Amino acid sequence: MDEEAEERWRRPDPALLQLRIGLVVLLVAVPGLLTVAAVALLVGGAQGLAALLAGGVVTGLLLVAVRRRYDAWGYLERGDDLVVRRGVLVRRTSVVPYGRMQYVDVTAGPLARRFGLATVTLHTAAAATDAVVPGLLAAEAHRLRDRLAALGEARQAGV
Amino acid sequence: MTTLLDPGARLDAEGGWVRLHPLTPLLRGGRFLLVVLALVGQQGLREAPAGPLLVVLGVTVPGAVLLGWLSWRAMRYRVTPTELQVESGVLTTRSRRVPLARVQAVDVVRPFYARVLGLAELRLEVVGGGSEAEAPLAFLAEEDAGRLRTQLLDLASGRLATDDAAAPPPEPDVVLVTVPTGPLVWSTLLGLPLVSAVVFVLVLVVTALIDLRAVGPAIATTVWILLGAGSFAVKRVLTEYGFTVAESPDGLRLRHGLLDTRTQTIPPGRVQAVRMSEPLLWRPFGWVRVEVDVAGYAGGGDQQTTTGALLPVAPRALAVALVARVLGSALPEADRPVPPAARWRAPLQARRLRVGVDARHVVSTSGVLTTTTDIAPLAKVQSLRTTAGPWQRRLGLASLHVDTAGRTLPGAVLPHRSASNAVALLEEIDGLARAARR
Repeated sequence: MDEEAEERWRRPDPALLQLRIGLVVLLVAVPGLLTVAAVALLVGGAQGLAALLAGGVVTGLLLVAVRRRYDAWGYLERGDDLVVRRGVLVRRTSVVPYGRMQYVDVTAGPLARRFGLATVTLHTAAAATDAVVPGLLAAEAHRLRDRLAALGEARQAGV
Repeated sequence: MTTLLDPGARLDAEGGWVRLHPLTPLLRGGRFLLVVLALVGQQGLREAPAGPLLVVLGVTVPGAVLLGWLSWRAMRYRVTPTELQVESGVLTTRSRRVPLARVQAVDVVRPFYARVLGLAELRLEVVGGGSEAEAPLAFLAEEDAGRLRTQLLDLASGRLATDDAAAPPPEPDVVLVTVPTGPLVWSTLLGLPLVSAVVFVLVLVVTALIDLRAVGPAIATTVWILLGAGSFAVKRVLTEYGFTVAESPDGLRLRHGLLDTRTQTIPPGRVQAVRMSEPLLWRPFGWVRVEVDVAGYAGGGDQQTTTGALLPVAPRALAVALVARVLGSALPEADRPVPPAARWRAPLQARRLRVGVDARHVVSTSGVLTTTTDIAPLAKVQSLRTTAGPWQRRLGLASLHVDTAGRTLPGAVLPHRSASNAVALLEEIDGLARAARR
């Protein structure tokens, strides 16, 4: 992918990052703090401090992972195909020609809806195709879906 | 039927609608009756009173016959210039329209018990079908099945108007390859059966060395390995017996089977991916096995498993020539190696990992014990993906996947290229595939 194309990469909305950070805090940090409080009360202050430290490190690492995962997501609409990249540990790039798209899904779970977000999934005739763009604002998701559908129709090639 | 939904259907009702062969309910019900008879026989052995048995028989047998007859009566089909229309169902009716332009392959299947009566089943495969064939027509008279197949394929390729009478007599198929029985049997035995026999003997020898008294139990616990491998071998030989590859006006014609026979027809340009594999033990004989993948091929069905083989076993040169013929052009040489760093990631197969690209195909080779050559036609590429795991990135490597619409073969996978080469290859293949689609 050349230099000028680099600027046209689009990213999921920052709200996705907030949502995922919120999830980490809710599911890890809060129960962690409660555990620390319990340990400090039952066993003693020193152990409580150690538990607090461990919990803090775990939460910090998770937050970094969430952040990096968010940063890795990107999609690029090129002349003939859509490029999606993702993944931190395993980096993946998918290139899907518009003419190969069979259908496009826009999905949104209850949490994502609350943040006004939606996920766009591309399906081709190949089961292995895994082009997914999460965390798009609803308007952008619909714009992307409609554009993909229109381009797909214009360039449709038989299987 | 659909007459309520579709008034047009009533207008030309009887207009070309055809029923399946009248013996169909007998064949379909026959298996059910066998099960009932077997159960009854069991009961009889236990000396159950004969009266209730007769009642059971008297109810189930006529009931099965009646049900079979009703469902036979409800099922009918006809061919229009663009569609195959099938209506079926007694309680829940189903009306299905299969657009002929979407047909990927047509199979004529003859289970053993149907062959005895001169009947055959016709199966149409369409893109995006579920796990079953889209329109199984079971059963038709053999000559009807053949004629219907020709008609459907002609209409699908737009070669013929719908008028059946105007159809020219079918040209004879040109046989390209026939697989002799000897190599078929030996090549099958040289696979799983031999390996499992070796494992079996090893286990026995080791057990005997440790404790002679344990040999008996050891046989009892490991003999299933042999049985499994044996049944696999028998099944494969039965399915692929007398394998013939022929070229017909409709496309490629594959014929095989000893008891149940199957004739597959793959119209030109429907092949999504090809794999040639060469197990270690076959190498002294220079044998390879060729498999093809067609979009929409149903994986199984209850009794006739699609083997997907284009050639169960053949000398390498013959296989390569046939693949080139099927795909319409010679294959590029797979001559681009992976960087030396790939040896740290895949020490055993790094030297095998090669790629070749030309204007029409991607060819990749891989494998440790079995050398595998995967071929993806560029005109069939659905999407391209690169993946790079942590260990790969440390070594500066990435894998490229060329996805096609097949069910059983992965298209072409190009593992452990250098990262920059993977991106360059992706762009190269993307451009070539775009040109190939036009």
